[in-house]
Amino acid sequence: MVDLSLSATRRPLVTRYPSLLIFLGVLALFTVSVTILSEGFGIGVISTSFVKTLGKTLCLCLVALAMDLVWGYCGILSLGHMAFFGIGGYAIGMWLMYARTEIIVRESLAAAPLPPTPQEISDGIAAQIFGVVGASEFPPIWAVAHSLPLQLAAVVLVPGCIALVFGWLAFRSRVTGVYLSILTQAMTLALALYLFQNDSGLRGNNGLSGLQNLPHLDHVSQSTISIVFFWASALALGLGYVLCTWVISGKFGSVIRAIRDDEARVRFLGYSVEAYKLVIFTFTAVLAGIAGALYYPQAGIINPAEIAPIASIYLAVWVAIGGRGRLYGAVIGAAFVSLLSTWFTGGQAPDIDLGFYTVNWVDWWTVLLGLSFVIVTLFAPRGIGGLFDLISERRSPERHGADLGPEPGALQEREADR
Amino acid sequence: MFSFVTRFLVCFGLCLSALSPVHAQQIDAPVQQILQAHGEVIKKSSRRTIGPAIDALAASGLTDAQVVLQRWQDKEMWFDRETGIFVFGMAADGGQLSVFEVAGGAPIGVFDKKQFKQLKPNSGIRGLIASALVQFQLNDPDPDVRETAISSIERDPDVSHLQALRRSIESEIDPALTARKSRLERLLTIRFGSSDAKRIEAIESFDGDLGVDLRAALNPLVSTRIEAAAELPEGALALEVGSDDLSVDAAYDILIAAELAPPRVSSDGLRDTLVANIDNGTVAGIEVASLDADEARFSAYAALAEAGLAQPLVTDATITETLQKFQFYEVFTGAPVSVAQAAQVALDDIETRVALSQTADLALDGLSLASIYFLAAIGLAITFGVMGVINMAHGEFIMMGAYTGYVVQLFVPDYTLSIVVAIPLAFAVTFGAGVAMERLVIRWLYHRPLETLLATFGVSIALQQLAKNIFGTQARPLTAPGWLDGSWVINDIISISYIRIAIFILALLFLALFLFVMNRTRLGLEVRAVTQNPRMAASMGINPDKINMLTFGFGSGIAGIAGVAIGLYAKVTSEMGSDYIVQSFMTVVVGGVGNIWGTLLGATMVGFLQKSIEWMNPSNTLAAQTYMILFIILFIQFRPRGIIALKGRAAEA
Repeated sequence: MVDLSLSATRRPLVTRYPSLLIFLGVLALFTVSVTILSEGFGIGVISTSFVKTLGKTLCLCLVALAMDLVWGYCGILSLGHMAFFGIGGYAIGMWLMYARTEIIVRESLAAAPLPPTPQEISDGIAAQIFGVVGASEFPPIWAVAHSLPLQLAAVVLVPGCIALVFGWLAFRSRVTGVYLSILTQAMTLALALYLFQNDSGLRGNNGLSGLQNLPHLDHVSQSTISIVFFWASALALGLGYVLCTWVISGKFGSVIRAIRDDEARVRFLGYSVEAYKLVIFTFTAVLAGIAGALYYPQAGIINPAEIAPIASIYLAVWVAIGGRGRLYGAVIGAAFVSLLSTWFTGGQAPDIDLGFYTVNWVDWWTVLLGLSFVIVTLFAPRGIGGLFDLISERRSPERHGADLGPEPGALQEREADR
Repeated sequence: MFSFVTRFLVCFGLCLSALSPVHAQQIDAPVQQILQAHGEVIKKSSRRTIGPAIDALAASGLTDAQVVLQRWQDKEMWFDRETGIFVFGMAADGGQLSVFEVAGGAPIGVFDKKQFKQLKPNSGIRGLIASALVQFQLNDPDPDVRETAISSIERDPDVSHLQALRRSIESEIDPALTARKSRLERLLTIRFGSSDAKRIEAIESFDGDLGVDLRAALNPLVSTRIEAAAELPEGALALEVGSDDLSVDAAYDILIAAELAPPRVSSDGLRDTLVANIDNGTVAGIEVASLDADEARFSAYAALAEAGLAQPLVTDATITETLQKFQFYEVFTGAPVSVAQAAQVALDDIETRVALSQTADLALDGLSLASIYFLAAIGLAITFGVMGVINMAHGEFIMMGAYTGYVVQLFVPDYTLSIVVAIPLAFAVTFGAGVAMERLVIRWLYHRPLETLLATFGVSIALQQLAKNIFGTQARPLTAPGWLDGSWVINDIISISYIRIAIFILALLFLALFLFVMNRTRLGLEVRAVTQNPRMAASMGINPDKINMLTFGFGSGIAGIAGVAIGLYAKVTSEMGSDYIVQSFMTVVVGGVGNIWGTLLGATMVGFLQKSIEWMNPSNTLAAQTYMILFIILFIQFRPRGIIALKGRAAEA
């Protein structure tokens, strides 16, 4: 028995998780085909804006992956991961906006009879960026906006630190379950409300804009940039997937799944539940931040509404519809629902004429999404990912109670139904 | 026909018979005498010179003078072009003018308009006339006219009103008007009193008063100006440069304004001077291209100053040196020192009282916000606190209640009646919605709180969008009945609107209703039994399914009524529910789940806290909410189970 489990952990990752190879293969195939069909590098069947939509979708898949890890595997229903996503976006957006405005200001000052001093340039940039909120000085949080490496570090460090502090406070006081969800929602609301203020230093309601224009790359067309970002997003998703699979594969993964299934039992076995939760919460927050930093240069604009609690709720919806507790489920859910959402709200879906009333999908899509979410929760808790179980169960019939997690060794249904 | 002929003849005859149409005898009338004495300035009709004429009329105290001023103001005064005698004129048919005497107003006759010239006072003169008329109005037999006069003085007080006002107080019979006049007289004395002693006396007579008008009268008296001189004048209080009262920059600015020190050179000015002195690619021998740092610019400027091409740069060292040569002190500019000091004492006293009143007002605001949060949370205290069901669509039930009220008002135009109809109807609608939701969704998910949370989120998203589709995105009004308009004013600072009082009373009623249902009815007993131990309750003959359904419906129904109340206070939008949901959960969690007194305490704490934070930073309610949420997150660190924590087995249920 011991030998068996030891040999099981020694087997390479790909053989234990065949879905990993399949996923990477599908992702590579998808990336190559989009490149061939794109305007930038291929035959131009797919428009640049749709390439951007696909690139953004890959970023959303990455944040869904993080959400699945923290919720599907560790049982923490966080309603704050879209806030970390937004923070990542703000961090990169600050540099993009600063660097681009700096070029503009330098050009305009070049015509002046005297060469500009650093102070004049800095004042000029501040007036350009903050004129819209009636300020003309850099707030302290922009202190390192001039430096790309430091802002890139902020993409990782700011969500990481917020998650670390918040998680430490929440977990040490044993806030669990729905209380934790409500607390994370409150944190997200507080952050969004803070950013909505004009004197928050991040342009309040206006947010950061013009992020699609990369500084010093004006000569490169948007079609090329969109493909490069698409590749970067695909690479990040691929790496994130491998990383997440690795995290859940070892003993660490077993412990976090055990925490999800019975926290008290794990604590009595001598594990520091809080430390495990904190690590996973912080790690996923960092992952979300990176996804956001890749997403917003493709979206072009970020404002506090993107951080509002409802965004995090939608994230939970994607993961639940895709099937939580399995990594590919989160990816499928995010891709499926967000693309469908784009299709419906973009006005492409045909209206349904009922004779007495015309169902306009732009208005009714959200109603449908909400209701389908209820139905998925009630009748298909395994989500779309559950369809794959049907195939695998046909191959090797289920002889014991269904697993709650997709991996062998997860809590079984008949044990959980106490 | 006959009359026309007669009139024509009379007119014709008059025109022929006399050079002037106006009878000689009316020149003797006193009011005409006054007018004639100032005839030139009146006809000139200029705001700058008219003063004595109006003053003379006002000072005469004649009844006729009031009529003259009144009609002059109404542009009904004319004068004879030849004799210069003043009359009242009214336009008649055919370019004619009906003429009346200024004394007594007796008709004189109808004449050709061309013989007379109209006085057309401009708005400045009409203002002067109006202020002169005030004196007459203050003694008018009609109390309404007197009141209008008092109000007009209050709006625009002038030194000229003081005498008139004093004279009119003695003859005043209405006690309310006497009080107002006397108060106004003292206020005017503060501002325009003839001697310092009288002004101080007037200031001290207001002891304990908080009126805005008093503060408006006192504030200009204590205005000060900081002056600088080489020697400190006798009795003046020296200010230390660099202290909170006087910063170094401000002190130096005073010297600049008094032309005692050279102005500073701004960075813009420095740049302009450098640009103006560019000579063949260099400034004072320094290459232009190297001027991209402050140090280089300073040295180039210093070189220019040395050459006499620019004024010397004012450095921090020179500023310090200059400031040491002068003493700074405050002088009162609004009034003599003794009056200003008395006013300062009075203002300080008012300040303290105002602060106390503001605290009381803040407490009332906090109380009313607390009752709103309590209303929003009490339904949740039942579904979440008692049953343990997380209903994220609770906010949408509040919204449904508010929209029910709006729809009722579309059909019932009487606001009082519509509210009476709306409250039970909102309860019925949301009770139905709650029961339906419990039957269809929640009962399958008991003891799976995360799934309940998700499913109810789905319902919440769908309901919100549904409301948007039906009612549109703009806010809908839910109008309160007329008797709830206005507010209860205790003094100039403490006031609370009746609608907030109504919400407070409603919150108390709900608390009583909750306590009654839970502790005194069969339903309450069964609810407590089912939540404590459903199997035991079932074996005692209670149907847990039915009880769960009714309890959930009851909680949702209360949310509906709360929605009507909140709709009266705020606008009805599809997003109003989500505005309250996080705060409601916070209220329940902070208070302690499962205890209505905890919810009450939680709401009180959250309400007062938010108002206090808003008071510290009044411009920013968003920041207040942010800090409040952060505070709650920290609070849960210290009392994870809320203010009132259930102990023992009840806590585990």
